[in-house]
Amino acid sequence: MSRTLTYREALREGLDEELARDPNVVLMGEEVAQYNGAYKVTEGLWKKWGDKRVVDTPISEAGFIGMGIGASMLGVRPVMELMFWSFHSVAFDQLVNNAANVRYMSGGLCSCPIVVRGPANGGTGVGATHSHVPEGLFAAFPGLKVCAPATPADAKGLIKAAIRDNDPVYVMENTMLYGNTGEVPDPADGDHVVPLGLADIKREGSDVSLIAHGRSVIQALAAAEILKDEHGINCEVLDLRSIRPLDVDAILKTVKKTNRVVLVDESKPFGGVSAMVAMLIQEHAFDYLDAPIKRVCSIDAPSIYSPHIEHEQLPNPRRIVEKVLTLG
Amino acid sequence: MTSDITQNLDFAHSPINQALTPERKIELFTQMVRIRRFEQAALKYYTGGKMGGFLHLYIGQESVAVGTISLGGADDHFITAYRDHGHALAVGMGMNECMAEMFGKQTGCSKGKGGSMHFFAPDKNFWGGHGIVAGQTPLGLGLGYGLKYLGREGCCLCYLGDGAVNQGAFHESLNIASLFGIPVVYIIENNGYSMGTSQKRSSAFNGCLAQRAEAYAMEWDVIDGSDIYEVRAKTHIAMERARKEHKPTLLEIDTYRYYGHSVADANYKKYRTPEEIENYKANHDPIVTFQRRLINEGVLTEDQAKEINKAASDEAAASVKFADESPAPTIADISTDVYWESDNDTPASKIGHHFFND
Repeated sequence: MSRTLTYREALREGLDEELARDPNVVLMGEEVAQYNGAYKVTEGLWKKWGDKRVVDTPISEAGFIGMGIGASMLGVRPVMELMFWSFHSVAFDQLVNNAANVRYMSGGLCSCPIVVRGPANGGTGVGATHSHVPEGLFAAFPGLKVCAPATPADAKGLIKAAIRDNDPVYVMENTMLYGNTGEVPDPADGDHVVPLGLADIKREGSDVSLIAHGRSVIQALAAAEILKDEHGINCEVLDLRSIRPLDVDAILKTVKKTNRVVLVDESKPFGGVSAMVAMLIQEHAFDYLDAPIKRVCSIDAPSIYSPHIEHEQLPNPRRIVEKVLTLG
Repeated sequence: MTSDITQNLDFAHSPINQALTPERKIELFTQMVRIRRFEQAALKYYTGGKMGGFLHLYIGQESVAVGTISLGGADDHFITAYRDHGHALAVGMGMNECMAEMFGKQTGCSKGKGGSMHFFAPDKNFWGGHGIVAGQTPLGLGLGYGLKYLGREGCCLCYLGDGAVNQGAFHESLNIASLFGIPVVYIIENNGYSMGTSQKRSSAFNGCLAQRAEAYAMEWDVIDGSDIYEVRAKTHIAMERARKEHKPTLLEIDTYRYYGHSVADANYKKYRTPEEIENYKANHDPIVTFQRRLINEGVLTEDQAKEINKAASDEAAASVKFADESPAPTIADISTDVYWESDNDTPASKIGHHFFND
């Protein structure tokens, strides 16, 4: 039996289960404990688990993320919340030079089993400093793993996989998905873990493949309905779920099935996740393409504040539909 | 600054130093000599083109690593920046693995993947070897946090240079260390220069750098690095405070590096006078002063000291031979030690692509 949970509740259930499973799991971040989380993902967990397992930190990202990395080398498994992934910039040295490189530079002697999680999205009227979408940025560093769940079930399954991984995993959530509901398997039916590196077909189709991750999956599904109803085009929607490791086989399989592809990616176009996916498709499935690979990314400018226009900077159903119709 | 009272104290009489047997004193002296001979050999072969990258020498600062690490127990941990050879040898890493690492060989402590700035030995509680100035200071905080979380009575000694004290990550670390009650001892190895910029031209401070700890409600002290007894006596107090009370300390150990920031620092004789360097060599070199001290104590003879130097030189020369004759990493080695799953060939490593090569 599954239940209907919000994305936020599903994440919380995943965190709660991992706190119960492993005494070395500790949640830390700004406002995660007594305040119950800036976006209420960790609501109730401090009350249940106490000061040792759920830790409020000062606004000091380089300090507490570096602290988590150091503790992880000793066997603690910190799950650190960035209130916004946009704040990665003040902790970048820790997130990249230390977390990503320590296994390598030590010749495999050190492990860094940390999770850094939090929302990474635009669309909420908070302007350019708070609207970064850095999954492509961090996936570009070997040693790091990155995932971006789109649904409640995947949010729970991926956060659990991330916590169990022995390498740093950066989980990119989305404030605009926290309230979305979806079916999540009942814990009584077994441990629900979604392995990193496994994409998921969210909608079967035959004419065009829409490849997306995070909230762009939801936008692609909405566009697919419009394309079906108004244009008779049957889209397949592939949810990457995990950016690194990346399910290249699933990408190539859907392209070979539909022969047309539009990549939907909230990244800015230059070097975004979709740029890497496009490269892989042209290299490994070029002969299967009946049209050039097209993309719908965020419009290439810093993220605009204006609530009147912000949704038009991001991938949305209208922009996706228009792009699909250009495939001919 | 060190007070007059402190200057007149003889730290040989502190309990932690009185507990030293003659054998242990000679061991500490030997470790300092081994570090120096090792680095002199490294310098020779760096200049000779056997190594890549940078070579940040510790020569002149040996009493800090040897004195502080000699206080470590089973649950005490160490982490430092890129000037890491001294700490590596002091925790018990072998000259062979260290020299081979600098030569970029498969037999190096990091399989030739880290280089001079990135030595690691987790089995000896040594967590690097970190290349970015002050980047290791939050990690040291985390090692202390981890010890406390896991319920172990120990502490972390986290070393940094005087050039690191103006980095934000260090200040964030001091704040959290004091706020959370973390068993960490930050040790500023003050050699007077952040690369080529003197302390006076780089840092604003009252009295000394360590005094900045007061802003974080943290204990601090200043230590004369030319006296290994003082290094041990004062560091021991800080370590006990960390272990027993979960309180951090900021120590500043005045020391000196003979050479430049790195061997690539072409100006190292320009921003310092020859007199300054000569004065240090004669009066403050920690090996010279400790040798004099041990001879006066009747613990060591001149001949023994010569033998120790000879043995260390021979050991260093042997490590060069070992490094030179060791195999280089292969192209396949480039792609290992990136992900745990891949290295362990687990089922998860087969899910999705972890690597994106052409």
